[in-house]
Amino acid sequence: MTIEMYRIDDRLIHGQVVVGWGQPLDLQFIVLVDEEVAASDWEQELYRMGVPPEMEVHFESVASAATRLPGFQADPRPGLLLTGDINTMARLVEASGSIQSVTLGGIHHKPGRMQRLRYVFLTPSEEGELRALARGGVAVSAQDVPAARALTLDEVLGGEGNR
Amino acid sequence: MSSVRAVVAGHGDFAAGLLSAVLQITGRDDVFVGLSNRALSAQDVDRALRAAVAAGPVQVIFTDLPAGSCTMAARRLQREDPLLVVVTGVNLATLLDFVFSEGPDAVSAAGSAVEKGRAALAIAGASPARGGETRDH
Repeated sequence: MTIEMYRIDDRLIHGQVVVGWGQPLDLQFIVLVDEEVAASDWEQELYRMGVPPEMEVHFESVASAATRLPGFQADPRPGLLLTGDINTMARLVEASGSIQSVTLGGIHHKPGRMQRLRYVFLTPSEEGELRALARGGVAVSAQDVPAARALTLDEVLGGEGNR
Repeated sequence: MSSVRAVVAGHGDFAAGLLSAVLQITGRDDVFVGLSNRALSAQDVDRALRAAVAAGPVQVIFTDLPAGSCTMAARRLQREDPLLVVVTGVNLATLLDFVFSEGPDAVSAAGSAVEKGRAALAIAGASPARGGETRDH
């Protein structure tokens, strides 16, 4: 498996992903799974503009990502799969059956969410989805940048990263 | 009407640091408004940038990284207002040139500032003859 990280980040492709993770992991491709972006040529061009020309970006819906995931996982080059929210990742985990770890990279504040880490805010429903992923055998952690320690889901829900 | 003509937006304290340097060098704190994307979702960055542009009125947005969320938000605004100029990879030399620009409008000022900023990025002391040399250790 050469998808190095399955990341949930509501900013999708941005500096932390392209530079922060892209350089140390030598990322050669990004799989962006988002229904809205997958349906918009303009949004795709916007995100494509933000990555170096040598880095491929694949825009997928959950359904198409589940179908193509074995190919991405077999690609010998290092890659990163990205969703903008927990529900999209949870649906992809269920549809593909081959994702063993998920990283919370950035889920920011909005009404109804409670702060768990500096960069992770969750609604009770989202917490439930993460717990369900963990019960299903997926290793859920949080790590915004490579230099930070990866925190377990228990640490995230306990607010350990804020202490 | 505000004299602010541009937004400087980026990660962490990038904008605050640049604007602090602009103030120290020029004494001007009325040309730019700064914006950080720290702890903001993509939607929050969009909203904050939209508010900053509307308060200007602003014709130019300077951002740090081409892939950054501030740039993404700026490009979305530009889609609605094609006259808005978005400059990525801004540095201090770029902003200083923009401050002192005597161009007819903010758009031409941005063009000149980009050239100045690009020229400022160099390896000090490098000459063509030394271009390929490295120090042996």
